[in-house]
Amino acid sequence: MVVGGGIAGMQSALDLANSGYYVYLLERSGAIGGAMAQLDKTFPTNDCSM
Amino acid sequence: MTLSEVTGVSGSEGNFTVSVKEHPRYVDTSKCIACGECAAKCPKKVDDTYNASTKKRKAIFVKYSQAVPLKYQIDADECIYLQKPGKCGFCAKVCPAGAINFEDTEKHHEINVGSIILAPGFQAFDPKDAGIWGYGTLPNVITSMQLERYCSATGPTEGHLIRPSDGKPARKIAFLQCVGSRDENKCGNGYCSSVCCMYAIKEAVIAKDHVPGLQTTIFFMDMRTHGKDFDRYYQRAKTESGVRFMRCRVHGVEPHGTDGDLRLHYINEEGRQVEEYYDMVVLSVGLQTPKPVVRLAKDLGIQLTSGNFAATSNFMPVLTSKPGIFTCGAFAGPKDIPQSVIEGSAAAAGVGNLLAMSRHTLTRDKTFPAERDISCEEPKIGVFVCHCGSNIAGVVDVSSVADYAATLPGVAHVERNLFTCSQDTQDLMVNLIKEKGLNRVVVAACTPRTHEPLFRETLKAAGINEYLFEMANIRNQNSWVHAKEPAKATAKAKDLIRMAVAKVSPQFALHQLSVPVTRSALVIGGGLAGMTAALNLADQGFPVHLVEKSDQLGGFARMLDHTWKGDEIKPQLANMSARIENHYNITLHLQSEIKEVEGFVGNFRTTIQNKAGDKTVIEHGAGIVATGGRRYRPLKEYGYGDIKGVFTGIEFDTLRKAGDINVREGKTFVFIQCVGSRQKDRPYCSKVCCTHSVQSAIRLKKEDATRKVYILYRDIRTYGERELLYKEARQLGVIFINYELHGKPLVKHDMAGIQVEVWDHVLHRPLFISADVVILAEAILANQDGKKIAQLFKIPVDSDGFFQEAHAKLRPVDFVTDGMFVAGLAHYPKPVEESIAQAMAASARAATLLSKESITLEAIKATVVEDNCDGCALCLDVCPFSAISLMEYTNNEGKISRRIEINKAQCKGCGLCQGTCPKRGVFVAGFSLDQINKQVAAALAV
Repeated sequence: MVVGGGIAGMQSALDLANSGYYVYLLERSGAIGGAMAQLDKTFPTNDCSM
Repeated sequence: MTLSEVTGVSGSEGNFTVSVKEHPRYVDTSKCIACGECAAKCPKKVDDTYNASTKKRKAIFVKYSQAVPLKYQIDADECIYLQKPGKCGFCAKVCPAGAINFEDTEKHHEINVGSIILAPGFQAFDPKDAGIWGYGTLPNVITSMQLERYCSATGPTEGHLIRPSDGKPARKIAFLQCVGSRDENKCGNGYCSSVCCMYAIKEAVIAKDHVPGLQTTIFFMDMRTHGKDFDRYYQRAKTESGVRFMRCRVHGVEPHGTDGDLRLHYINEEGRQVEEYYDMVVLSVGLQTPKPVVRLAKDLGIQLTSGNFAATSNFMPVLTSKPGIFTCGAFAGPKDIPQSVIEGSAAAAGVGNLLAMSRHTLTRDKTFPAERDISCEEPKIGVFVCHCGSNIAGVVDVSSVADYAATLPGVAHVERNLFTCSQDTQDLMVNLIKEKGLNRVVVAACTPRTHEPLFRETLKAAGINEYLFEMANIRNQNSWVHAKEPAKATAKAKDLIRMAVAKVSPQFALHQLSVPVTRSALVIGGGLAGMTAALNLADQGFPVHLVEKSDQLGGFARMLDHTWKGDEIKPQLANMSARIENHYNITLHLQSEIKEVEGFVGNFRTTIQNKAGDKTVIEHGAGIVATGGRRYRPLKEYGYGDIKGVFTGIEFDTLRKAGDINVREGKTFVFIQCVGSRQKDRPYCSKVCCTHSVQSAIRLKKEDATRKVYILYRDIRTYGERELLYKEARQLGVIFINYELHGKPLVKHDMAGIQVEVWDHVLHRPLFISADVVILAEAILANQDGKKIAQLFKIPVDSDGFFQEAHAKLRPVDFVTDGMFVAGLAHYPKPVEESIAQAMAASARAATLLSKESITLEAIKATVVEDNCDGCALCLDVCPFSAISLMEYTNNEGKISRRIEINKAQCKGCGLCQGTCPKRGVFVAGFSLDQINKQVAAALAV
């Protein structure tokens, strides 16, 4: 079980699911994404955080 | 599971029972199609926390437009109906899908799991209560998160940077650093939040892009840009973007006049009192663990640090104090995105190690019916026009669009749906494809980015090839942006569908490639990172070949004593070495080097050669590059090599440990930081040296409090909870003197001994220190043979010689070349625990490959047209994935011809080769020139 659906939790959940484990991903709010989803652009590529 | 939180955990490692409370959403997610009708009608406006309260949302809301799941939810505390049943309830009345469920209740689940990863994240410090910055009372004082939202196109001002008080464009912005960090007086957070310096620079640069002529000043104590390429960005912000940096902590913000202007009063580096006026002040707020998370940790019996972060060992940076409970991200100490992603993977590696025996026991694969061969059929295209509630149908005349689609060549059936993506429509599509014998499908709806995978699955379920599909985006690119021009939007919808039909008509079935995986790994480099990765993969059950150039394991770490938390490194290395030598899954190749590499993801064949010249071929599915780094030798700098008593930091550790008389009896010690780092020829920070020197200084002072210890530094970069060491050093009386790059200290030797001269910024005069020992904090450099390995594996290195990851933020351990990963100093200078985390992450990433018997590769790939390709090789240069090679062929008459060959495993189908080829010698399946020409022709034909 991964508790928290921010960028760290999502990465854990994906890596585990992709290597053959059943994962419960818990998120306190209504959608995953965490703090990173609030950022406008990120260094160094100026990619949209979405 | 959204809206869910852990309320309790029982059991132990391998067998936990987690109690989960799921809060009611009051919206049925299986019905909600996120059309937004509910929020449009909802009369209740509340602060939008996603937008850091810079704007309002409704009581029924979706967190943001790209949210996953994209489902509305009702904020029960704010909902008029839920607070006073009988009132309002508009959302339920207007919802076209009948998704509103006011009767929804809280649910409790007991979930049995083998392991838990805690990634609860952080909350930004709230500067309201401290009062002194005027946050909450002065409208033009905002937090850094609010500035992010102001700069964002989805924010309150659609990306226009204006003053909250009067909506005027901002002209002059000040950023105040360390708000809620490095500050025990006002908030109790003694640690450094690690990320604020870098985000403030980014925000200042981006703000300047938004408002031409904008002046930005960042007030800071130490500029902590210690990450990969961060220092370069800092320099560019100064020189190219013109961001002004002022070393000073500003202790308050005052209003100036009545127009909303702000006054900052501070003392500059020359010691003068300065007053400056700003339009806006941005508070660079720090990171802290949310209170409910602290409570949860205490309930679970997980140890926390003094800063309320999960306590971890430097050797096991993602394991909490409780076995089986891992952690990652900001809960394990304040950190940035790449380090959070690395730890996310590292925690997966920890779990993978623990639960290796149960891999594949609970997962299952989807099955689909056999595929119908349509190669001999004429196109029979089905077009599905989506209303998307009123999202499309409210603007576009969908019935006329559907009638028009029926007239297009090849179209056999047209259907309109309220929601094409709904489950009942998928069932309908499957039946129609079967009944009418459709062999191509066009869905005119929203974006393929979110919905193409769903429809491709539907095609598979109907027994036709999933690539016989095309989407026309008549919502995002049409009805949403042309909402005020319905007639034109209707015409454009017809154009888009005509183009999609033209493109899909010549489409043929494509098949994903299935490539078997050699389920073993090659780890290059037997340092701490390589050893960690090898052990983790081996423990997960994968055979590993560990190749080390030298005659022993340990690498750079053999020169180190302690981690920053004080854990002894040498016993750990000995322990790991012994495990590696005895591990049934690890083959150790000492004194061996990589000679040749061939193959691709899942199927590499690497030839290594040992000292005796014997060659061994290793077949492996994945590879981890952990070739380490080396230390800089500061010859001719600061008297190193000439003056007795001048050592590098690592030499000094050895001497001190050996009880060297100079150290033992020394009274005055001077550390000089950034020796070889952060200068023109090496414009990066070596990340570990500040903490290392501070730790050494503490030890010297603790051994003998009468010693004088000086640290000459440019910025002290004791990031995260290392800040506590910096504080301890100051309390012990270590003297820190700041110097600038243009005024480096001078080290001389005379009759009296060593003299160190440095300009003191506080006293405004040179300071002369008679030193017994001078310690140079040397830089960490990339290994010289990295370039050779890079060439062999076709992986890139950066201008500093470190390996370049696939994406600085989101793929920090992957290479662009699939199946290859990076860890440790080979990637960038970093401390022990970050090397270990990255090595575990590399192991987890490799395990995602090695856990499979075979991997499937997307079918959208470049294909060579043998008759047209003449081997001009123009495409070789543009291919970003090194997927193309030039081959020579001899025909029956003995004539030699040249032609390119595509490695399908490496090709990503980007199409650059097709765009470059002057002879139509190569095309990308699914995007052939024929298809694109037909699409363009259809666009122009009205």
